[in-house]
Amino acid sequence: MGAIIWGTSGKHVTSAQNRTILICSGKGGVGKTTLTANLGIALAKQGARTAVLDADFGLRNLDLLLGLENRIVYTAQEVLSGSCRLEQALVKHKQEPNLSLLPAGNPRMLEWLTPDDMKKIAGLLAEQFDYVLIDCPAGIEDGFKNAAAACREAIVVTTPEVSAVRDADRVIGLLQTREIEPIQLVLNRVRPRMMANQEMLSVSDVTDILALPLLGLVLEDDQVIISTNRGEPLTLNGTRSPAGQAYTNVARRLRGEEVPLADPTKEGQGLRAKLGRLMHTKIF
Amino acid sequence: MTLRDFIDKLLGRQPASAGMARERLQLVLAHDRSDLNPELLEQMRREILEVVSRYVEIDLEEGDVSLETEDRVTALVANLPIKRARPNPLPPGADPSMATV
Repeated sequence: MGAIIWGTSGKHVTSAQNRTILICSGKGGVGKTTLTANLGIALAKQGARTAVLDADFGLRNLDLLLGLENRIVYTAQEVLSGSCRLEQALVKHKQEPNLSLLPAGNPRMLEWLTPDDMKKIAGLLAEQFDYVLIDCPAGIEDGFKNAAAACREAIVVTTPEVSAVRDADRVIGLLQTREIEPIQLVLNRVRPRMMANQEMLSVSDVTDILALPLLGLVLEDDQVIISTNRGEPLTLNGTRSPAGQAYTNVARRLRGEEVPLADPTKEGQGLRAKLGRLMHTKIF
Repeated sequence: MTLRDFIDKLLGRQPASAGMARERLQLVLAHDRSDLNPELLEQMRREILEVVSRYVEIDLEEGDVSLETEDRVTALVANLPIKRARPNPLPPGADPSMATV
């Protein structure tokens, strides 16, 4: 790993300006891998050299979401054991050559990875890439510990559901004890109508409870499933779909751009939206 | 209470579930974060009430000792309405309900 060159607000940056970011959630199925794929593509499209590392090698899926499942030959394990070079293991995305995928391992080798292995892999990637996104396995056991060992900052993904928020809270606690900083939040699968009807935790409910800055807000969007079917992340083709736009905005905010966050329940100007707001005014 | 909650109440409908989600989450997170199980919390609550009621007569119906969480900091919050002070504090272990004021 390169030397620490400078630090601001406790955040250290290695070799030029590499940022190694853990993408985690605690609970499975909330959209970690979808965020990793879309954010990876979006960052790459914005000109940043980006690597995505699938740390969930027991149940790896990042290759599938990126449409790269047929091009994996080696994994990080072969790189570490010296049987291939990093360049041979990296799978470069054809349409977006700024993006490369590195699987940590394959499902047959379940027990080999240690936190030190992950640090070494992340260190190698940090020398070549501006951004390294690590797709963390669900849970808070070894897979999480390995992935967290290699990161300086984190993005926690959650949905506005009690179980997902509770698990996110556990993960945030663990990240804070490891002094990972900053930790930012992406709220996924937001359904504006349910939120407006107060049948879903509001954005501020979640951000107040978890006490994290909000990096992005992604609406529930059928296009996510369609893009997964195709193996083409929404951010790849500049789609105007709400989720694709949200992921692109996450990338822009991550790079320091000011992109305002809209309250999903306050967007409408029609009678319905106005009535909805009236209904949620506190009367006593 | 919002206008909608009020109308729901008038019509006898179930209240919107987001409020319930929020309350249940806050409670469960307070326990998760403090690593106190409900049993221990209950024991602590009883002991706190016992100590306090040796010095003052408290309204046990209205009293409440709970964990509250704000900004990832968990606090033990006791809200114990005092009926009247005891001129002579009871000795440890005395049953406050037996004491005459």
